[in-house]
This record gives sequence, structure tokens and C-alpha cells, in this order.
Amino acid sequence: MKFGVIVFPGSNCDHDAYHVISKHVGQPVDFVWHRETDLSAYDAVIIPGGFSYGDYLRAGALASFSPVMASVKEFAGRGGFVLGICNGFQILCESGLLPGALIRNRELHFICQHVNVRVETTETPFTHELRAGQVLSLPVAHAEGNYVCDDETFEELRSEDRVVFRYCDPAGESGEPSNINGSRDHIAGICSRERNVLGLMPHPERACEDLLGSSDGSGLFRSLAATLAAVR
Amino acid sequence: MNPETITPEVVAAHNLTSEEFERIKELLGREPTFVELGVFSVMWSEHCSYKSSRVHLKRLPTEGERVIVPPGENAGIVDVGDGWCAAFKVESHNHPSFIEPFQGAATGVGGILRDIFTMGARPVAAMNSLRFGRLEDPKHGRRNRALLAGVVAGIAHYGNAFGVPTVGGEVVFDDAYGFNPLVNAFALGLVRHDQIFFGKAAGVGNPVLYVGAKTGRDGIHGATMASAEFDEEALEKRPTVQVGDPFLEKLLLEACLEAMRAGAVAGIQDMGAAGLTSSSCEMAARAGNGVELDLSLVPQREEGMTAYEIMLSESQERMLIVAHSGRERQVIDIFRKWDLDAVVIGRVTGTGSVVVLHEGQRLADIPSKYLTDEAPRYDRPMKPRDGGERVDDEGFAVGGGIDVVSPAPPTAPALASDSGLQAPDSEVDFNNALRRLLASPNLASKSWVYRQYDHMVRTNTAVLPGADAAVVRIKETRRALAMSLDGNGRYCAVSPREGARLVVAEAARNVVCVGARPLAVTNCLNFASPERPEVMWSFSEVIDGMAEACEALSTPVVSGNVSFYNETEGRGIHPTPVIGMVGLVEDVRRVVTQGFKREGHLVALVGTSGEDLSASEYEATVLGRGVEELIASGARVPSLDLGRELAVQRAVLLAAEEGLLQSAHDCSDGGLAVALAECCFSSLGRGALGATVTLDGELSSAATLFGETPSRVLVSFEESQRTRLERIAAQAGAPLKVIGRVGGKRLRINVGSVEHISQDVSEFETIWRDSLGDSMQAEVIATAAE
Repeated sequence: MKFGVIVFPGSNCDHDAYHVISKHVGQPVDFVWHRETDLSAYDAVIIPGGFSYGDYLRAGALASFSPVMASVKEFAGRGGFVLGICNGFQILCESGLLPGALIRNRELHFICQHVNVRVETTETPFTHELRAGQVLSLPVAHAEGNYVCDDETFEELRSEDRVVFRYCDPAGESGEPSNINGSRDHIAGICSRERNVLGLMPHPERACEDLLGSSDGSGLFRSLAATLAAVR
Repeated sequence: MNPETITPEVVAAHNLTSEEFERIKELLGREPTFVELGVFSVMWSEHCSYKSSRVHLKRLPTEGERVIVPPGENAGIVDVGDGWCAAFKVESHNHPSFIEPFQGAATGVGGILRDIFTMGARPVAAMNSLRFGRLEDPKHGRRNRALLAGVVAGIAHYGNAFGVPTVGGEVVFDDAYGFNPLVNAFALGLVRHDQIFFGKAAGVGNPVLYVGAKTGRDGIHGATMASAEFDEEALEKRPTVQVGDPFLEKLLLEACLEAMRAGAVAGIQDMGAAGLTSSSCEMAARAGNGVELDLSLVPQREEGMTAYEIMLSESQERMLIVAHSGRERQVIDIFRKWDLDAVVIGRVTGTGSVVVLHEGQRLADIPSKYLTDEAPRYDRPMKPRDGGERVDDEGFAVGGGIDVVSPAPPTAPALASDSGLQAPDSEVDFNNALRRLLASPNLASKSWVYRQYDHMVRTNTAVLPGADAAVVRIKETRRALAMSLDGNGRYCAVSPREGARLVVAEAARNVVCVGARPLAVTNCLNFASPERPEVMWSFSEVIDGMAEACEALSTPVVSGNVSFYNETEGRGIHPTPVIGMVGLVEDVRRVVTQGFKREGHLVALVGTSGEDLSASEYEATVLGRGVEELIASGARVPSLDLGRELAVQRAVLLAAEEGLLQSAHDCSDGGLAVALAECCFSSLGRGALGATVTLDGELSSAATLFGETPSRVLVSFEESQRTRLERIAAQAGAPLKVIGRVGGKRLRINVGSVEHISQDVSEFETIWRDSLGDSMQAEVIATAAE
């Protein structure tokens, strides 16, 4: 199995994702420059956090028009696994690979801290090794993470069990205080209808070692690696 | 645009004295051209030449076995083992941040990051030291809050997008900074020992390349110039503060490091203050070479720029690279990959002179040493402030009069009426005093600030903001770097020399508290006008105090910056040296944090307490005594015994390295009671923990609880380790006394047999956590809406 980490000008969590895959998942991984168009070598692609193209115009908007994103769409269409973290989630929404949009945080400024999220479904390639209802401590670091979507999309996400993570308190209860950025229905992460594309605002790659305060993020990468191993 | 003649008015408008102008003519043996006058004026400015501070700065210790690059380069560098080196520096951006807080602070961060990657180091951590007027000031509170909100947003904007974690620093509020806020930015980068680059124009014949953003008319020093030489309209349109683009800087970083790795770079320097002028002149001077530049080739984003404007522009995100001959194509290709300009604009010559050509004309030809080594140096007059620095019976320096008066004393009502410290304990509500200290913006949690900074990107931050020192691990090794940024304007106002010693000692202690050995120092020296003898005296005193402490603690100064003229309408800031201390953690798994860990652990104080309430946070916040009152009343700062300090640090470090400590926390602002409360507060993964502590009653209760005796560290440990710990402390020559135990939900502090403090930790914590955010609530909405 082989991972690719997409690098846009302005990506800055690319090295962190690379580190986790090579060091903690122990699998081969390449950086993929934004002008590349051939993803055939990869089984899973990570769109990392950062400020792609400076986040000018709108977070993730310019990246969605880059050459590599056209290939990521094809890749996802063929069933390839795509994980978008933070800016990666914003890019997936801007590209139409995931529905909805991420707008300015409710309190308007950038927020960096550990938050709790509840695993809402284990029926995804990224969460099957976790428990439903399990509470994970993961850092967020974003100014635009407030998830919004129209009612129709919202119903679709719910009826198709596509809300993967919700913000909650340490006991697993979701309420306004724990909804860090004001997201609709506390949504922290969603997947595509085919369930092979996941976008989330928290940073699981920053939570793979106790030294950094939490290793709760490693379950996502473990799940994905197990999925890839089974597929092959 | 060039004036035909250089009149005395033109010279004065360039901030050069008539003596300095005569000296220029003498050196050149002729009248300078207009471009040359501009070049001299910036290179001989206080900012670039350190003309008032240089004679004093040389008294600082700069040598040590780990020092790889001492002061003089873009950043200092120390060896941190396994072939790795740390490059770091702190620099001020005070004036721009007052004019335009968001961009002023943002470009301050941009500038310091470039200083680091110029050396070949990838920035891995940033910190900042911020000082403002009081948020609750009845007259200026709104402005002070707006400045804080703007500065924090600017730092966040730049650092977050660039991708460097902002891991620590300090935020202080005091009337003295109301019209002169301080924004000092620190950055640290990692570089392999054999991959360090220098700002040298090495190799005659080598091409000089301009890389990065295009040059515009922003930030030209001539903004201060009288009108005759410039078109009025152009002047009005010119912003005085540049606009930073962190995205561009991120690309510049990656391109520069790639070009360096490729082996194409012979020397490199960022275009910071004074832009192309300082980078080219300094690079030439360091190598003893000359450079010849053709300004017609410089990428420009505005039309019709003159040579003068191009030389003095301070457009951001630009670098000057001297490439190895024949490798220029490679450099250009690498920068093109990152969508950046890279253009050969000249070459290194053997003449020793900086030659500037523009549109076929030769507009400047100056031996580079005239601009650097031959720049003026002043030993400015000094005078102790009125009444002088007296020495009291015990040999402690005490304050005399004061030349700088803050506009108004804090309005907080005195808790114990006018009798102040003498109030009998029975009349003082110490629970309430502690609550007020925890709520005061200087001591309250700064999470409102650091939550806006991405402090975890790069996944190396082993100790998060809010601690005594931040810790950033070095992924390739088992080691980590600890760093702390500290100042204390109040102490330095009362006694500049003693204050400076205390600041250095505290910075080192902070680093020790996380389990790191202090290695070296960078400093940012913020002062009022050097032309006032009292200010120059305080500067000299601060240098001597710093030198003594750095010498004693074996932490040489490897880089720094001086910021003078922090005064408005004759009112200056406190003398404010800010110390950036960097320490080395040998094993990142042995890092110690400040929070108590478990019920039943013993709590001990390493060091001893004295009657040190004078000039304390308690006096300022609870008793409402302003600095001018302190000085007038002959207040003194706590006395620091550097031998004791070293012993305490040695004991804590040895215990930490042996893995004996469950927690360690510096006891400083707010004293023992505040430090104990902070140890009890909740942290990632654990709720609040109580503690019961009994302190002996030899001192006044207020001093016991809130005194700020230096050289004290609060530690907790398992009872089974007590004997080993006591032995380590005894060997190090540091007093250690067990004072209590972790447990329960309340913080109880007895002094002698009297329980002075008893309250639910969560109540203290709520006050402490929400205070700053509550004061800023309205401001955030207003700022974001703008």
C-alpha cells in the first residue's frame, strides 16, 4: 500500500501527515506536488492542513482548481481513499467531493486547542477500528471550521449515516459549549456517499503520540491502513 | 526627482547631524550623491548601526563552548548536539505595531522568520513578548484592547499561515506602555551544523540575485523626509507600515532552503530594515568585498521608481542571494518552481565598494566599510535619575526620583486601606486578594491570546503554551529545546541593574522548570530616547546587570536587538530588556510540566522566601501602588543571590533529569499563592486538583503568600522519592522544604496555624481562565467586523 500527501503552495501540515504515515503507520508515502496529475501509484491520498495558495479568495477555493485536484476527483471516483484534514476538508468541500461549506468560526477568530469529538459511525474505511460513541481528544487549528449545509443535504447526511464525527464534551455529550466553532449539528467530519472520502476539521495527525498530549488520532490511520491491507 | 543640491534641510530630513554629514564628506573625499546620502542615512541610523548602544553591548558575554555563531549575523546559533544547531533571535516591531497593530505585528513576525531561515535554518518555533497599556484604563482602555486584539490577530495571521508554531511568550499590561506598546518577536530554527549559511558576499565574480517579492514604494525611510524632494502625492499614498504576505514568505522559505540544499548559494541575507541597502552593504562588508548592482534589473511592482526608492524600499518577503558562479540558472529554476522572481542584478567585486547603477548611470560608489565599521559610535552622556541610585544599609540599590511618570496610578481600590502592608492579617481577606491577583490581566490565563496561535503545527510541541517554558522536540533526536521569553519593566524601572539580573535569572529558571539546561540568550532591549542621559544610564545599568547574570549562569548572549526612542511626548517606557532563554532537554520523555499530577504527591519549595513584597504584583494589583509611587517611596526590588539561584536551578534540573519530579513551577509574579493555584488548575486530560499547604509564619502573611523572592521553584513528587530528592537538593546546596500534599478539591494555605486561603480550586480557576477573554469580548466583535 502506498500513501500520497498532496502539497500545495501554502500547505503546512504536509510534513506532519507524512511523518505519521511513515513513522507511526509504517507505510511508504510520497509528497505529491500540486502540478502532478498522475495518482496511479497511490492507494490513499491525504490532503493536509495549511493555507493552500494563501487561502486567498476563500479557504480551499483556489486549491480546488489545481491540476492535482482534477486527478483527486478521478481517483475518488475510482474508489480511491481520500482523507482531507482541516484545509483539506475545506478543499474537498470547495471541489464538490463533499457537500456543504466551512465558514468563519462562530467567535470569528482562529482557534487552536484540543477538543473532544464523538465517533458517530464506524461504517467507514477510516473509523472501523474505533467504537461508535467513542470520544477522541484531537486538536483543532482553524479560523473557518464552522460547517454549514442546506436542509436537504443535512437530511441526506443524516439518513445515509455520513456524519462521522461530532464535537462533544469529555463525557460524549454534544452541547453549545462544546461546539467549538458553531458547526451545524456539531458536525466535525463527514464522508462521501461511497464512504471513501472523509473530511474533518480536527487534526488526527497531531494526536498520534502521548508526548503531544493525545494519541487518539492514531485509530483513524490504523483503520485506513487495515482497510488498504484488506483491499489488496 | 533628485534634488540638484543637498541642502542642510535635506541632510536633517535624513536624520543625520551636520557632524555626521561632514564625516561622510570627509570619508568620501567629496559630496555624496543623493542616493549615497540615502544609503548613509539608513546605514548610520540607530536601527542599523547601533551607534548609541554599541559601546555598551560589547560588555555582554558572547562566548561559550556551544556558541557556533555569536552576535553579528542575522541570528545567533548554538550547538544542540547530534550535529544539530539552533538559530534564534528576538527583534522588536514596536513602532509599526502602534501605528497599525495588525500589519505591524504581522511583519514583525515575518522579519524574524526571515532572519532565521537566512541562516539555513527551518523555523520550528516562535514566541512573542507583548506590552500594552492597561485594558481597564478608564480613558484609554478601548484603544489598549484594540491594540491587543490587532497585534494578536496579526501574529496569528502571519505565523499560522507560514506554518510555524507560536509556542509561548508573555503579555503584560502597564500604563507605561499605553502610548508605546512593545511587540517583540522571537523565532528559533534548526539547522545542521554543516549547513549554516552566512550573509556574506563571498567570491569575487559571483552573481548577486534578487529573490522573492517585487519591490514597491512601501516603507521607504524617506517617508520622514521633508517635502521638497518628493512628489507630495506619492508621499501621501505611501503606507508607512508594510503589508506582510505569509503565503509568499512560506514559498520564499521553501525556495531558499531548496537552493541552499542544492549547493548553489554562497551567501544570503534577508532584506529587512533598509531593504536592498542594508543587505548588499552588510554582505559586502562581512566578506571584505564589493558589490555592483544594476537597479534597472530589480523586479518592481510600481512604475517609475527612482534608484533612491529602490535602494530604500522595505517591501517584505525579499532576499539577496550570492550564488556560486555558474549556478545562477539553478537558483532561478528553483524559485520559478515556487512561482517566485529570481533575477541576477549584479555581481561581487574585489573593490570593497558598493556600486549602484541605474539606467546606465553610476549613482553610488561607497566603500562598504564606511557604512558598517566606520559608522558613528556614540558614548552618550549618562546620568542616574534624580537623586541617583542610592544604596541602603543592607547594600541594596533603591530607587531615587523618577523621570518617567505614568499617566495615572491604577484605579484598583486598595484592599487594606492606606495602611497597605502594615494591615493586620485579621483585616485582610487573603482569599479575596488571591482572587484579585488571579483575575488581574497580568496574571490571568493568556489562553485568549495563545488559542489564536497555531501552537501545534509541525507536531513537535511537547509543552503547550501557558507553561513556564515551551518545549519543542527535535524529531530526529531524543532531545528537545525549551524556550522562554521574559521581561519585567516594573523591576527595571525601580532598579535597572537589579531588574535585569532578576529577568535573566527568571528566564533561566523557567527553562529549568521544564527540565532543560539553559544554553544561551537572545535579548531585545526596549528603551526610551538614548539622547536623555537618564535613559542612557538605565541602558548601561541593564547591560551590566544582564552581563553579570549571564556570566554567572553560563548563558552567553548570541543575538539581539536594541529598540530606542520608545517614547511619546516626553514620556518613555520603563527600561524593558526582554530575555529569550533557550535550553536543552536531553531526553524529551523527561520533560516536566507545572500541573500537579495525582492526589497524595508531596509538595515542596526549593529555595526560601523573604519579605519581598516590594514592587510585587500584589503591591501593584491589590494595593494599587504605581511604579512612580514605588520609586518615590524608595521601593526596592527583591535581592537576587546568583549563587543561590544556580544551586536551586541545579537541584531542580538534576531531579528532573533523574525523573523524580511530577511537577515543577517557577514562583514569580504573584508569589507562592498564585504559583500553587496554577499547579492545581486543570490541564489537558486532568481536572482540577486541590492541595493543602502549610507555610511557616516567620514573615508577614502577605509576603509569605504573595512575596516575589527569586530563586524559588515549587515541585511535587511521590513520597517514596523524598529522600533521594532531599539528597539531590543538599548536594546542589539548595534548601528544600516539604510544605504540603496534593489532594481534595480545595486549595488550602495555612500560614503558621492560621488558614488564610481556602477555596474550591475550580472557583479560582474560573476567575483566572475567563478574566482576559471577558475583557476582550466586545473588542473581538468590533475588530472582526472592521
